[in-house]
Amino acid sequence: MSVMPQTTLPSAAAASAGVTAPSARPRRVRRLSGRDRLVLGVMVGVPTLIQAVLVWIPTLLSVGLSFTKWNGLDLADIRPAGLSNYTYAVEEYPPFWPALAHNIIWLVFLALVATPIGLLLAVLLDQKIRGTRLYQSVFFTPVMLSMVMVGIIWQLIYARNEGLLNNLLGTAGTPGAVDWFGDSDVNLWAALVATTWRHAGYIMVLYLAGLKGIDPSLREAAALDGANGRQTFFRVILPAMRPINIVIVVITIIEGLRAFDIVYLINKGTNGLELLSVLVIQNLVGAGQVIGVGSALAVILLVISLGPIVYYLVRTFRRAD
Amino acid sequence: MTATAPIAPAAGRPRRHYGTHLFLVVMAVMWLVPLLWTLYAALRPKAVTDKYGYWSLHGPLNLDNFTAAWSQGGMATYFGNTLLITVPSVVLTLGFASMMAFAVSRFTWRFNLTLLILFTAGNMLPPQVLAAPLFEMFKHTPLPYSISSSGTLLDTYYAVIAVEVAFQMGFCTFVLSNYMKALPSGLTEAARVDGASVWQQYSRIIMPLTRPALAALGTLEVVWLYNDYFWPLLFIHSGDRLPITTGITNLQGQFLLDYNMIAAGATITVIPTLAVYLALQRHFVAGLTLGASKG
Repeated sequence: MSVMPQTTLPSAAAASAGVTAPSARPRRVRRLSGRDRLVLGVMVGVPTLIQAVLVWIPTLLSVGLSFTKWNGLDLADIRPAGLSNYTYAVEEYPPFWPALAHNIIWLVFLALVATPIGLLLAVLLDQKIRGTRLYQSVFFTPVMLSMVMVGIIWQLIYARNEGLLNNLLGTAGTPGAVDWFGDSDVNLWAALVATTWRHAGYIMVLYLAGLKGIDPSLREAAALDGANGRQTFFRVILPAMRPINIVIVVITIIEGLRAFDIVYLINKGTNGLELLSVLVIQNLVGAGQVIGVGSALAVILLVISLGPIVYYLVRTFRRAD
Repeated sequence: MTATAPIAPAAGRPRRHYGTHLFLVVMAVMWLVPLLWTLYAALRPKAVTDKYGYWSLHGPLNLDNFTAAWSQGGMATYFGNTLLITVPSVVLTLGFASMMAFAVSRFTWRFNLTLLILFTAGNMLPPQVLAAPLFEMFKHTPLPYSISSSGTLLDTYYAVIAVEVAFQMGFCTFVLSNYMKALPSGLTEAARVDGASVWQQYSRIIMPLTRPALAALGTLEVVWLYNDYFWPLLFIHSGDRLPITTGITNLQGQFLLDYNMIAAGATITVIPTLAVYLALQRHFVAGLTLGASKG
């Protein structure tokens, strides 16, 4: 009766003689008919072509253009420039070092403040606590918003005279009122607080999913051995969460490098809000297009990003191979 | 099973987490205040806030700013544009990604893992790295003026859709291939023995079983594309062609210091995402965590 392994399709019985057991490994393409190979070829070929033309080749072109001088008009005007774009960016381009410093601050702030808040919320909400779903919904809501909306909403908090913050501080309407997004001494931090509002909820959701996936017997075993809550978390839960911990680390770094929308919205990434990603764009769309310099900055950003990307890929695919 | 007896009461008695609750309530209030402040400003007439300031409790509350922002800001156009970009992008992304995922997860061939790794990596790059070459490629691609008013791929939805699809495809392929890999190989094996072609295995067996993952990714992608700011900013230059998230920043310039109108525009823009959130929260969260938990 039930000898047939999982072949529940109606007409499978006729062929069941051939199906002794489901093969453990995916099928080899070599054994397919000509037509099936063609179909499979199209299924792979079209997405790969799109990916190649619009992602991989542009990435390589960025590297290529970074060694040239070009105003973006006639393709025949592209001139080799050696390393001059890089030396210009590093030695003479005024916003380069501030931007790099801001990127590092951005990353460190996400890693030391925003991500830990998300982790803390996840750990607290993973307990059997009343109203946990409601809390989760509240913290998660900003994750649904674009960084542009986050910027606009926080502009309403930070505005000099109209904003909530200065009204709470009692400085609104006085000369002492701080323009939180405008003052170059504070605007990076103001933008980071707004970013945290969204980032923490994102991390919370990811970590909660990881915590829910932990085998409850691990906790029970730890409790039986007399471990308290703190010990259970740091000695048992945290090590078991290793895969998700890697994801969180990588996401935090990548988000730090990708930051763009909110600073571009506030003031196009100038006056205290320079970031590498924004400098790339300023060099591409500004009045005097300097594709070479923009590309050199893009390559610097690419090289920094490759670290976490490669780390993640190695971690993820080593097991699969 | 005697060992479970002593800990059972401890687990059964609800522990009182006063400190935790206090902390969570404070955090929740801090998280809600920006949203509520925006809504409050949006509901108040400018005349009132000009007279009493924003930090005041004077009424009335009405929807006048919403109707004004909607019509003066031309938000209907922006929403229409968003629809024109988002729907084809999500459909194409999921279509291509599911085919690619099917091919790499259900068959072994020489470069399948290499391609999957490259797809996954592509999605993680900062978009600004690709911006210059893509912009120049599109600028130097001539199109007939009947299709594109710029005579090139710039300022067209094709450009935005193509790049959105290419960029999101990597992530979706990664998630879907993990999902498809977990489906028992006996399923397609049996169908193959029945004479089902590769296409039939994909469309009749694997795709129906992948529906939960597709629903989760679909929800996630709709929200992500709705929220995307960068690609339309780069490629679209006509103000009346911008999608809502990029267009809303024009509103900011238009309503300069009219914070009530800006707040109303922002609230209107947030409504669709919040609707998705309320209706499909489970799918959205599933989509987010699918990508992470299998990693």
